[in-house]
Amino acid sequence: MTTAVLPLVEHFALGLDSPICLTWELTYACNLACAHCLSSSGRRDPRELSTAECKAVIDELERMQVFYVNIGGGEPTVRPDFWELVDYATAHKVGVKFSTNGIKINQEVAQRLAASDYVDVQISLDGATAEVNDYVRGVGSYATAIRAMENLAAAGMVGFKISVVCTRQNIDQLDAFKAIADRYSAQLRLTRLRPSGRGADVWDELHPTAEQQRELYNWLVRNGENVLTGDSFFHLAAYGEALPGLNLCGAGRVVCLIDPVGDVYACPFAIHETFLAGNVRSPGGFKTVWRESELFTELRKPQSGGACASCSAFDACRGGCMAAKFFTGLPLDGPDPECVKGYGEIALSKVTPGASPKPSEDHSRATQPRNGPVMLTLRTRPDRSCDENPLAGMAPVREPAGVGR
Amino acid sequence: MSAAPMGVPAGPSTAGPIGEGVLPPFAPDLPYELHPAVEVRPEPFGALLYSFKTRRLSFLKHPDLVTVVRSLGDHPTASAACRAAGITDPARLTMFERALATLAATETIRERHS
Repeated sequence: MTTAVLPLVEHFALGLDSPICLTWELTYACNLACAHCLSSSGRRDPRELSTAECKAVIDELERMQVFYVNIGGGEPTVRPDFWELVDYATAHKVGVKFSTNGIKINQEVAQRLAASDYVDVQISLDGATAEVNDYVRGVGSYATAIRAMENLAAAGMVGFKISVVCTRQNIDQLDAFKAIADRYSAQLRLTRLRPSGRGADVWDELHPTAEQQRELYNWLVRNGENVLTGDSFFHLAAYGEALPGLNLCGAGRVVCLIDPVGDVYACPFAIHETFLAGNVRSPGGFKTVWRESELFTELRKPQSGGACASCSAFDACRGGCMAAKFFTGLPLDGPDPECVKGYGEIALSKVTPGASPKPSEDHSRATQPRNGPVMLTLRTRPDRSCDENPLAGMAPVREPAGVGR
Repeated sequence: MSAAPMGVPAGPSTAGPIGEGVLPPFAPDLPYELHPAVEVRPEPFGALLYSFKTRRLSFLKHPDLVTVVRSLGDHPTASAACRAAGITDPARLTMFERALATLAATETIRERHS
């Protein structure tokens, strides 16, 4: 053969006619108020897509041969038409994988889910113990998630997902998460904490330390194929060995986000007008936004490495996560804030505090719900086991998340 | 050229194979078909495949392989489907059969009984 065959990753970098999969947040309404919520959810937005509009989007996804959508929110299952939309999507050959905190997964729902090949469930759990989980997700949320998993397992739903956002507080629980997944015949999915939405407010406190990143990387290399990552740790590939999956930022190239009001963003972690490509309600609908928007066209052009281009690891990490840079106030063509070579920390030290961009949409409730997270009391391991300083671990008392915004 | 399918668990959040049973080994002289739970989407590089059964995404990295996979059901054997798609060079045929073996192992294609 004489034709040059581009590596697959290059095809993806240039974008596809249809996304491989996309995230669709159905509502900003949520019964929880997680401290690190990537979409600043809480209250429903009156402009959210109607049932008929959602069905029209599904029709279009079917025509574009989008195999499945990752439905999230907010808490998608609190939408009264949620199951109707799930049934409509699967009847139109658009598979559904939805993320939930488990609030609606009772025995009856679990049996329904177990019976369908076209629906998959992802239960969010950010601590392997109630203490660690409820610290960021709110009181009672661990019990809710566990009850949902019990119901799914009892109904015979094999291989549902347990989705964990990796934080400073839970990195030492990776084996415990795996044990929970094994107990319920589920599959563990680990994803990266992004400074998106309310996550920006708590990122400094929650994002893994450099040592923990290394620990996480080693764990992923060890457990590789059995654990899903949403391909979100490609910035760690700079440690050496590439992790299983696609080591590429797919934003606007192979993935995107449709938000509850129909706005199309480059990725779920980039809810900001800078990454807004269009709206599904505009003429031409989602297809036109995906194929013709100025933003996505730009993202599909060959990217320059900027400040990272001369780094030996650039081919591995490609500069890391766009959203993580943006919301920490770093330039998009520079290092990721969690750059494993340490360039991110240097860059962060030059950012004026408070100068980083804020999300364009905020649906947080004005007051914390009663079950809201109170990030005040978590006891974590000593900073270092050999640390004898009596003040080790002391930190100034913080305000509860969501207050004083 | 690169005709091997990549069983990459790619895309934001895709599953690996779950509860895979023991599958019979691929045999080029048997009839095959695309697994009914698999959807094929043509792409400039070949095709993107998704199995609703295993919830696994895979990629066919050559248009000729896409032709073969899609026409398996119309031919008496897997080898015959390859030959009909113009894969006659022995070395190339071996590569294609290896690719088909991977697809059979991941339940993307299956033996046809009819």
